[in-house]
Amino acid sequence: MFDVIKIRSDFPVLATTVYDKPLVYFDNAATTQKPEEVINAIKQAYTTYYSNIHRGVHALSDISSEKYESAREKVRSFINAGSVEEIIFTAGTTASVNLVAFSFGERYVKSGDEILISGLEHHANIVPWQMMCQRKNAHLKVIPVNDDGTLRIEEIDGLITEKTKLVSITQVSNALGVIIPVKKIIDKAHEYDIPVLVDGAQGVQHGHVDIRELDCDFYAFSGHKIYGPTGIGVLYGKKKWLEEMPPYQGGGDMVERVSFEKTTYNKLPFKFEAGTTNFVGAIGIGKALDYIESVGMEDIIKHEKELTEYASTRMKEIRGIEIYGNTKEKISIMSFLIDKVHQYDAGMILDKMGIAVRTGSHCAQPVMARFGIDGTIRASMCFYNTREEIDVLIEGIEKVKRMML
Amino acid sequence: MSYQEMTIEEVQNEIIEEFSMLDDWMERYDHLIEEGKDLPPIDEKYKKNDYLIEGCQSRVWIYPEFIDGRIQFKADSDAIIVRGIIALLIKVLSGRTPDEIIESDLYFIDRVGLSQNLSPTRSNGLMAMLKQMKMYALAYKAKQKN
Repeated sequence: MFDVIKIRSDFPVLATTVYDKPLVYFDNAATTQKPEEVINAIKQAYTTYYSNIHRGVHALSDISSEKYESAREKVRSFINAGSVEEIIFTAGTTASVNLVAFSFGERYVKSGDEILISGLEHHANIVPWQMMCQRKNAHLKVIPVNDDGTLRIEEIDGLITEKTKLVSITQVSNALGVIIPVKKIIDKAHEYDIPVLVDGAQGVQHGHVDIRELDCDFYAFSGHKIYGPTGIGVLYGKKKWLEEMPPYQGGGDMVERVSFEKTTYNKLPFKFEAGTTNFVGAIGIGKALDYIESVGMEDIIKHEKELTEYASTRMKEIRGIEIYGNTKEKISIMSFLIDKVHQYDAGMILDKMGIAVRTGSHCAQPVMARFGIDGTIRASMCFYNTREEIDVLIEGIEKVKRMML
Repeated sequence: MSYQEMTIEEVQNEIIEEFSMLDDWMERYDHLIEEGKDLPPIDEKYKKNDYLIEGCQSRVWIYPEFIDGRIQFKADSDAIIVRGIIALLIKVLSGRTPDEIIESDLYFIDRVGLSQNLSPTRSNGLMAMLKQMKMYALAYKAKQKN
């Protein structure tokens, strides 16, 4: 039985006050709060068995290594990937995309080739490709965006050419909350034998991800957006690509044998994990996924959907509110503007009411440019939020209007 | 008495006194909004990149004029609370000599509770605005010497 009050008590920060007001945390798309279980798992790692992985012959190193590898298996089963060899721990989604942009680019992209992204991408799924395109003299092409914030996927056939080497697409727009039909895009790209990277930073925590069903070639997500620690993320990659791609960074753990004449690389997934990895972070992410499974993804989806519908209904009752990303298929993000009010003014006043929202371009300036605006107010909710908190936000918006107009 | 006839300290003390009568954050923001509304908008021709302050979530333009050895600042923003903050800075610093501006110690920012906005991690750019105003003062001072 899904009990939001009980769930809230699992997250220590949610009980805090700001400016003597109860915190209303609506900045979950930026980062999520951590359940006590995750915090305790990290503390336990540092206090009871902390030691470097894959190196020592001693007892603690064995425990650390075993916990690290169990976390990898947890990630694999959570996204239903085929093998732990295909699960690489990185610093986060951005690091994962950069890894593919570099290593895939080195192996497969030549002058004149093309990479296809969408007009809804976060900067982290634009800039690494631009950097690679500059290095390789390749070109970036963009799937355009409709007025309701959906993608014109019917234009993909026209955008794909024999020069297209990879499609990299977000699962959910971080700025608008719109869910992208990635399965359709993957199937379409595969008709032309083009691999697809899915940026799951805003998707993995809001719905079931089944890698084998999606059949994407790469999938990236961050620990800190799925109730795990910061500085840890995941890159899933199909084995055939990961085996062919050269390593991204050199150093410890990614080598098999080093001499000054020649170095051979370690097997997957270690080939892409240079240096001492953030193994405590990985243990934390594993615990976060356990926690989500204990709550139940079905219940999470259901509760978040109710919150989104309630927030939409309440906001539409307020005169002068423009919601960006007006589709049925969206996650619990409300991206909006109040008529004649600068988003930053609104954010400052909401802040003093204890409401944490993000204002600005949300690291997606091309999305803002598409709608001819500088930014929005983004209230991003998740399964520990409540209808009462939405009521506080609505009061806050009314207050902003009274003060500004 | 106009602000320019008062010393920088006197203007700051007056602002501090005004804010001391405001009980909570909403009243302080109300006050800043009023200050922002009273600040005359600048001519559209000055709303260009040359006068734009980098690093702000809202757009802020500051345009200086050097008249009879004193700098007259004109400034604007598309966010009203930010305009209010600018209005305070202009009250304190506009119409001063370059030396007065360079040497000024703006203690009122802390005393009225705006110091959190001074931190470089806050992106409303109070820090950037202040720095830009002092840069203009330095530039005019250097120009005077030549």
